[in-house]
Amino acid sequence: MKIEIDEISKAFGTTAALTPVSLSIPSGALVALLGPSGSGKTTLLRILGGLEFPTSGRVLFDGQDATGLTVQQRRAGFVFQSYALFRHMTVFENIAYGLRARPRAVRPPKAEITRRVTKLLELIQLPEIGARYPSQLSGGQRQRVALARALAIEPRMLLLDEPFGALDAKVRKELRQGLRDIHDETGLTTVFVTHDQEEAMELADLVVVMSGSQTGGRIEQIGKPADIRARPASDFVRSFIAA
Amino acid sequence: MSDLSHATPARRFRAPTEEAPLARWLLIGFVTLALAVLVFAPLIAIFVEALSKGWEAAWKSLFSREALPAIKLTLTVAAIAVPLNAAFGIAAAWFITKFDFRGKAFLITLIDLPFSVSPVVAGLCIVLLFGANTAIGAWLVAHGFPIVFALPGIVLATVFVTFPFVARELIPVMIEQGRAEEEAALTLGASGWRTFLTVTLPNIRWALLYGVLLSNARAMGEFGAVAVVSGRRESATTMPLKIEMFYNEYQGATAFAMAGLLAFLALLTLLLKTWLENRHAGELSANRRGH
Ligand SMILES: Nc1ncnc2c1ncn2[C@@H]1O[C@H](COP(=O)(O)OP(=O)(O)OP(=O)(O)O)[C@@H](O)[C@H]1O
Ligand SMILES: [Mg+2]
Repeated sequence: MKIEIDEISKAFGTTAALTPVSLSIPSGALVALLGPSGSGKTTLLRILGGLEFPTSGRVLFDGQDATGLTVQQRRAGFVFQSYALFRHMTVFENIAYGLRARPRAVRPPKAEITRRVTKLLELIQLPEIGARYPSQLSGGQRQRVALARALAIEPRMLLLDEPFGALDAKVRKELRQGLRDIHDETGLTTVFVTHDQEEAMELADLVVVMSGSQTGGRIEQIGKPADIRARPASDFVRSFIAA
Repeated sequence: MSDLSHATPARRFRAPTEEAPLARWLLIGFVTLALAVLVFAPLIAIFVEALSKGWEAAWKSLFSREALPAIKLTLTVAAIAVPLNAAFGIAAAWFITKFDFRGKAFLITLIDLPFSVSPVVAGLCIVLLFGANTAIGAWLVAHGFPIVFALPGIVLATVFVTFPFVARELIPVMIEQGRAEEEAALTLGASGWRTFLTVTLPNIRWALLYGVLLSNARAMGEFGAVAVVSGRRESATTMPLKIEMFYNEYQGATAFAMAGLLAFLALLTLLLKTWLENRHAGELSANRRGH
């Protein structure tokens, strides 16, 4: 699905989080929102997912105005920074949650839900952990379960907020490849937030470099990793990718 | 390799937060004495006095024509007021923790108001608002639904006095848990109501039970506010009020039998609460830090 962000701004009370930003994401792309702390990356991602509403501007999905769609109507697979797994449910129940929450008319039968959850557990290469609780998993396993849970609803896009933020370097590298594989397999338009420029450059097709200031976060440059490296559009980008 | 014997200290060192032995024993002795005089002695005295004429006599006095209605009324009031408070408490805690709005700090202060206002004042407010000589009160009496000197007034007074318990238990737990799990449920397509039932409620269930227990203990024991609202009518007399009446009428045995029952119910609540604390220490610990 193609995502367009048209002159979106966001203020929390008197704090400006985003100055008007515009961005067009082609269908099936893997995009990184890259920037320092406070540059509005999370805010922009939450606006796409319908968890936050913009102060002004529009969001378009496949050319259709989606600004007014509720979070449920957006059908965005969202992976939270702290994963936000349901702590009182098993891994199986976590992944099945979105399917069970569907209205009766479109809810898959029980056997079908079991089949799909099993398949997702295989996709994230953790077929054995369905009966465990989130507290019994390692950080990397939690991250993968969160991804499976988001994929279970057959989302129209995948949104991830610092998906590898809390993990050590070795696990990060593995999961990076895992996300790339899942993206290539599902073909979902995917947007992920990171402040690690190496991660953004290595993983993404398209990198959006953002900067923060008193007047709110703004987009400094949009481009392929190689282009941004070769031709940084501003001093900010040059120093940020050199860091 | 270095000599390992250096690593094991020859004598036991005192931890920095530990007191000198004398100070420690003095403290422990003082606390034990205070507990004995202020808590255990009165409790034992109540049960000894209640059972001074034997189990049978105590039992009989509780089932007398005078005592039984008061016990029934107290249980009825608790059965209405506690669920009401659970619902109000959840709603207030939900509202305060899940939304950002102006005047939030003021609202949190307001929730604590019943703790700082004398219960007698609370009772008087209800009489002032709904008494037969006010417009609302007169209208309600005319339509056969009196509030003051009747069950609704007692329930109102009890709800007011016990209001903070549930909300105060829930607010720190809900703040600590944040909104992420609820947001996750919403992005997975769940409605707000389904999110509440399947994510919020299971996450707060033990804290909720804890608050309900505290609020129940207080609801059964409330004296001041209920005394004003009941107007000392026989039909609107709860257990604490009845105990005082018996006592003033020199029916000591009956008074203590009923006091024993009330104390027993409170102890039961405390036991349940302690059991909960041990079993679900993790979830409830947020509270202990909060208070
Ligand atoms: N709910 C909120 N209320 C008030 N201000 C907020 C809120 N959420 C974000 N902000 C502000 O908006 C700005 C952008 O925040 P945002 O979380 O989008 O940054 P970020 O790029 O994700 O940073 P980080 O890398 O630290 O996660 C910050 O100044 C932040 O303080
Ligand atoms: Mg962020």
